[in-house]
Amino acid sequence: MFQNIGEMMLLLWLTIKAIPSAWRQKRKILEQLFEIGNASLLMACILSLFIGGVIALQSGPVLRTRGLVSALGGLVGLSICKELAPVMMAILISGRIGSSMTAEIGSMAVYQEIDALKTMNINPVRYLVVPRMIAICISLPVLVMFSILVAWLGGALVAAFNREIGVSMESFFNNLRNVVEVRDVVNGLIKSFVFAVVIGIVACHQGLQTIGGPRGIGRSVTKAVVNSLVLILILDYFLTRFLLYFDK
Amino acid sequence: MSTKESTDRGVAVEVRGLRKSFNGQMVLKGIDLKIAAGEIFVIMGPSGAGKSVLLKHMIGLETPDQGEVLIEGIPVQGAHVMDRFRLAMIFQSGALLNSLTVGENVGLYLREHRSKPPREIDLIVREKLDLVGLKGVEDRYPNELSGGMKKRVAIARGLVIEPQLLLYDEPTSELDPISAVTIAEEILNLNRRIHATSVVVTHDRDLAFGVADRIAIIDEGKIVLVGSPDEVKANPNSVVQRFITADFRKEKPTL
Ligand SMILES: Nc1ncnc2c1ncn2[C@@H]1O[C@H](COP(=O)(O)OP(=O)(O)O)[C@@H](O)[C@H]1O
Ligand SMILES: [Mg+2]
Repeated sequence: MFQNIGEMMLLLWLTIKAIPSAWRQKRKILEQLFEIGNASLLMACILSLFIGGVIALQSGPVLRTRGLVSALGGLVGLSICKELAPVMMAILISGRIGSSMTAEIGSMAVYQEIDALKTMNINPVRYLVVPRMIAICISLPVLVMFSILVAWLGGALVAAFNREIGVSMESFFNNLRNVVEVRDVVNGLIKSFVFAVVIGIVACHQGLQTIGGPRGIGRSVTKAVVNSLVLILILDYFLTRFLLYFDK
Repeated sequence: MSTKESTDRGVAVEVRGLRKSFNGQMVLKGIDLKIAAGEIFVIMGPSGAGKSVLLKHMIGLETPDQGEVLIEGIPVQGAHVMDRFRLAMIFQSGALLNSLTVGENVGLYLREHRSKPPREIDLIVREKLDLVGLKGVEDRYPNELSGGMKKRVAIARGLVIEPQLLLYDEPTSELDPISAVTIAEEILNLNRRIHATSVVVTHDRDLAFGVADRIAIIDEGKIVLVGSPDEVKANPNSVVQRFITADFRKEKPTL
């Protein structure tokens, strides 16, 4: 995996260089955006609702026994927007969107469609990678924003209706508003943008690398998903470290 | 769009000392060929001889380990050959983009290179599809077509480029005899009409002897012989003779 990082950096560079001509691919970008939204909105909604709920459920009773239950809104609010929403959505998108990008591009590689593009003097990076990268880099942050809001709601619902916690929605959100600042949300969105770049590049790179028929496509898809998950979790740590400097 | 003069001229191709290995196994073992502008050059040889690999080198899809391919004296591997000359390859499988319709496939080159307004592109697409005997298939997807139709669409897609060099990889394999004849006629017509240099890889002896100006026989990564169809037929080399006369005969019962 790590020997590929150089190649992926190169692909990223080629992609960035090709972005100025991207407006010509706007139809494909819209198609990709629609596909991503379509494939992930419902899942994102369910996931987020339950993640928010379970965080409240885990921490609420503990806080109550220590008399700190009034801090629940801030706790749930922060952990969701800085950590859980960006990582969960990245995992979801890597599984749903990254995998299908790899499969699509991989099958084009295996069935010589990419060779055919090259013989027509059409740059595969511009034609295939750029629209997908743009679409994923727009949609993941948007999805994370949506996820944050839904997860907060999930937390608030559990806090209000669980008898061991018993924090009203109003006081939950009051505390949340006092603790969570705009820059905390921005922090999460920056993370999600970086994750989007990682997912897109890993998926497209692995797709372009695919050799050896249908089994090769399967292998590529697995590899792309596993590699992007590993990279996301490692990067998450370092990004968190890095973004902490700006918190002061 | 380039000028009319360059459209009407094929390009000369030269292959010099080309060697290529995959995973330590040498597939091309020093190929030298000179193909004249406007010529129909047929490459024949058994499966696995390295024909497709050779063809891919001619259009820059593979990089040689040693040697080079020159188009009008310019190395194919070097940048900008594709901007300078119009080259097209018809893949054995057709290699149509499965996510696009037939019409979009055929018009892809013009659309991506912004060489014509959309309405004109539609006209050209229809004209080229007509030329290969396909009508009213623009809105179908490649997976709804038969193997022979795909190959013809691929040819139409190549024609749109108005190529100066046209590479065909086994254009008649998987085709019924009638379609095979149509394709052979098409290769000849094209060569007459646009004067493109054509390189045809094939096992099909009827096609080879029907269209070739010259034939090269390749075996195990080496050129065994280059000559006119008559010279090839008359050549005593046993590899050549076995390849061009191989025939299946039901054994006659011995009395
Ligand atoms: N990309 C590749 N990787 C590894 N081996 C290859 C590759 N392309 C071709 N070969 C090998 O090169 C040899 C010649 O292939 P090819 O040129 O396709 O034969 P043919 O003359 O039938 O077209 C075969 O043994 C094939 O396995
Ligand atoms: Mg072949």
